[in-house]
This record gives sequence, structure tokens and C-alpha cells, in this order.
Amino acid sequence: MAEISPEEVQHVSNLARLALPPEEMARVGHELNRILVYFQQLQELDTEQIESTSHAIAMENIYREDSARESLPVEEVLANAPDRADVFFRVPRIIEE
Amino acid sequence: MELHQQTAHEAADLIAAGELSAQQVTEACLERIAEVEETVNSFLVVTADHARAQAAQADERLTRGEAPSPLTGIPIAIKDVMCTRGRPTTCGSKILENFVPPYDATVVQRCTRALLPMVGKTNMDEFAMGSSTENSAFKVTANPWDLECVPGGSSGGSAAAVAAGEALVALGSDTGGSIRQPAALCGIVGLKPTYGRVSRYGLIAYASSLDQIGPLTRDVTDCALVMNVIAGHDPQDATCADIPVPDYTEYLTESVKGLTAGVPTQLLGEGIDPQVRERVQAAIDQLQNMGLECEEVQMPHIDYSLPVYYIIAPSECSSNLARFDGVRYGYRTPTQTNDINELFARTRAEGFGPEVRLRIMLGTYTLSAGYYDAYYLKALKVRTLIKGDFDSAFEKYDVLLSPTSPTVAFPIGERADDPLAMKLADICTIPVNLAGIPAISIPCGFVDGLPVGLQIMGRAFEEGKVLQVAYAYEQANDWHRCRPSL
Repeated sequence: MAEISPEEVQHVSNLARLALPPEEMARVGHELNRILVYFQQLQELDTEQIESTSHAIAMENIYREDSARESLPVEEVLANAPDRADVFFRVPRIIEE
Repeated sequence: MELHQQTAHEAADLIAAGELSAQQVTEACLERIAEVEETVNSFLVVTADHARAQAAQADERLTRGEAPSPLTGIPIAIKDVMCTRGRPTTCGSKILENFVPPYDATVVQRCTRALLPMVGKTNMDEFAMGSSTENSAFKVTANPWDLECVPGGSSGGSAAAVAAGEALVALGSDTGGSIRQPAALCGIVGLKPTYGRVSRYGLIAYASSLDQIGPLTRDVTDCALVMNVIAGHDPQDATCADIPVPDYTEYLTESVKGLTAGVPTQLLGEGIDPQVRERVQAAIDQLQNMGLECEEVQMPHIDYSLPVYYIIAPSECSSNLARFDGVRYGYRTPTQTNDINELFARTRAEGFGPEVRLRIMLGTYTLSAGYYDAYYLKALKVRTLIKGDFDSAFEKYDVLLSPTSPTVAFPIGERADDPLAMKLADICTIPVNLAGIPAISIPCGFVDGLPVGLQIMGRAFEEGKVLQVAYAYEQANDWHRCRPSL
């Protein structure tokens, strides 16, 4: 399998919303390549006919009544906000005028 | 024996007999914290006033003859990954340094209802990612048996607190061994329950298909008692099983006759320190002499557990940790920007530590278009094969036995720069999380003065049988009575 390129590391950091400085970008690229080589051993196993397991304990959908109930007090929730305005979380503008 | 040296059930018996008050027990732990915390560093925050108030409440109820639980009045330490209403919950991360949850995790609610005074929140590897507690953004915790060594991780603070007598019981979380491995390295008992046995509501998620909360205690009886408090259905967690919870103390019978055990050769071979292997083999031989029918079993696919885990866990983590974006809670970059994506990306790069950043990158990569089938889907398929090995073994055996950790506690700093060596610390514990089954670590001796752990694994929802074998071994030995000289 091909090595992960610096451009790919940059692409993944964009997907992950992580603004990594250039020196860490290089370090992470190196680490990722080491780990991906380690993952190669899984290719020894033929899994063509094997189903995947996302949860080890068998589960089915759980339903509940769609009934109204009290939510957390707005003031307590907003107390953790880095920035707020009135009863809203404040962030940079995301919609053009 | 000094109060802080006792087990929870010994102290609880004294409370029940009216010889001690809950407040005296809590004070004993708080005094112990004042005495040793400077060197051990188990806690991120000590909640002394809160504990005192809860202890006073416990005494009031006990005087009225209404003990809500056999553990009423027993001081507990809680890993800082579980939300505590009105009290900081940092997950060992700078990104949550100022976070004060507006609600309690279900397990915290249950402990509060049972009136276990909470003495503090314990140190951990950031977002539970690590095996030494060195990845905490705030401090390094020492092993009470040797202050130069790590306590294991990621629940290292909880394990060290119990081993040092700063709390009589603790809660941890276990995604790949994070309860059992620190329990082993600190010479105490740690149980990872079956996936779904204990509610994860209010547990800050690392890898949702693997995470489970469980007890860290001084002996098996205490473990059963804490399970009685925390186990059971919770409508707030859809993965929490609606299956009746037995009284776990009923399994503490001292007998293993009629039970069978498999010993996976893959977990006793290469990679296990020879002295650790010798101690664990001696424990297995002893259990055999007590009537447990033991034989070797081949589980070929568990050799692939580590790569499978390091695809699945970072993949789930990259999704779970997307919520930390500097908008609703936690750290936000001080850099002024008009670009929301820049705000996210700077906040996350500045707020997360290096190991967390690496795992988010790895998980984002393995889930990304073009690589999903080769890595994530492949790992889920091999997970099926690993689970199949366990299913076949449990058709024949009641429990499986192995070391908990391939080595005893290692020096602080020794593996900090070698991520792969650090990850090998979990080779015996990771397969258990992939299979979703319960497993306990109990003390089974020492190598060079450092504790060794025996791991006992059981079928899903058969914590009782695991506790039964653990208790029988414990009672035939004295390891659980050993305390570090601190």
C-alpha cells in the first residue's frame, strides 16, 4: 500500500478540523505511516465471507414514547459557553448578508 | 490497622455496627489525601466539602436506620471522565479545563443515591487514551508501590487512590484495559463489566462500542458490592441492557469445583515478561489444585486484536471528539477570526494534546473516502473472527485465564516516546473489549516488589462466575491484604 503523502496528511487535518503546525504535520505523517504498516498484517486474513461486527453484544432498536419532558436549564447550559449573546452561543458569522 | 488501610466492606461493617461514623471514615480518607497526595498525585480535584456533606447525610440516614446500600458512607473516587453536576470534569484535557457539567452521569447519580461520599475526581490519560496516565494535560500520577513508576492507565488516578488509601473504592472506565491494567499495576482489583451492564450516560465517550465503566477496589467483595450499586438498566443509554442484575455477593462462595477454565496460549507466550508468566502460571496451577479444570486453548485470531483495536478505537474517537469545537463548552482559541472553520481547527489543535491529535488524525484517515473498506470495514470483520474465538472457547469453558498486563509497572518516562511499546501494555486486555465480555484483574503476587495481575474473563453477563473464581483464588491467598508502605 502506498505511503500517505504530505498532501494527504494536510487533507485529513482539514477533515478533522485540526490546524496542525508544519513540524507536527511532518511528525504525524511519519507516525501514520508507521501505524499503517503495522495494520498490514490484517491483510493475511481472508475476510471475504465474514460479516462485520460493530457491536459485540447483539442489540436491537430501542423505542420510547415521543413525549415532552423538561430539558436542562438554559442558564446552566450557557454557563459553559466560551462566548454567548442573550440565550445563544456566539460564533463568527456563517451566513453571508 | 489504620482506617485508610481497610477494605470498604470492613469499614462498612464497623459503620453498620455503630462503631464508626461515615464522617470518621471520610475524614480518615481526607487525612490520608493530605498526607500522601503531594507524592502520589491521584486527584485532579479533591472535593472535601462535598464529601463531608454527603458523609453527614449518610450518618443522618444511618441513625434513622435507613441505609440505602451496604456501602453507605464509604468514600469513593471518580475518574474525571464521568460528569459530576456542578463540579469540574476535565477528562484530563486542556480542552475541558473549565467545563462544569450541568448534570450527573448515571453512575454518579447511583453512587449519590447510595450515599457514597465522593472525595474527588481522579487523574487520567487525556480522553482515556493511554496506558500510564502520563498523557494527562495536568499532572503525572505515581504508583504507590514505587513512586518512580507509572500506575498504569488510563484510570491510573483511580487505581493509585485506592492503593494508597485516599479512597476506599473508585470508578474507572475501560476501553482497551483502562480499569484492569492500572488495577494490576497497583495491586488492586479492577472489573470491566459486560458491554451494556453499566450505563454510559454521562461518561465522556472515547470509543462508544468498547467503553464500559467499572469498579476499582481492594478486594473482590468490595468489587461485588460496587457492582450492586452501579449495574443495571438505564433508559438514558440505549446500549444499556435491560437484563436483571443479580446480587453479586451471592457468587462469593470460595468454591470453583465443577467449573472449567481455558488458558489461551496466545496470551501466555512471547511478549509476556517471564517472571510475570511464572506468577500467573503459579496462580493457574493453584486454581487447578482447588478444583478448577484448566486446559490450554488456541484462539488464533486474538493475535490480531491490537491492529483491530487501533483502527476501531481511533475511528470512533475521531467521530466522538468532533463535538469539542469551542462553541458550547470548553476551551476556545483566543485568536480572533471571522472564519468558523478556523475557529474550530485552532481551538482543537490548541486544546487537544499530542496523543489525542494523533488518534483523531488516524481515525479520520481510516474512515475517509477510499480507505474505509481497507481499514475500518476490514477491522470490523476481523472483530467478528476474534469474537468467534471467544464464542467457541466459552462453549467449552466457564472462564478464561491470562495475565492482565505483560509486565509489572514500568518507570515514568520510559515508554513515553515509544507509542508502540506503550500500546503493547494492553495486548491481554484489548481482546476482551472487542468481544464485549466481562473480565476482572486480581492481585496474584509480586515481581521485584511490584504487583502482578491475573485476568479472569467470562461469558457476556456472567460477571457472577468471574467474581466466584476471583474470590476463591483471593481467599486462598493473602495478596489482597498487602499494602504499599507509603
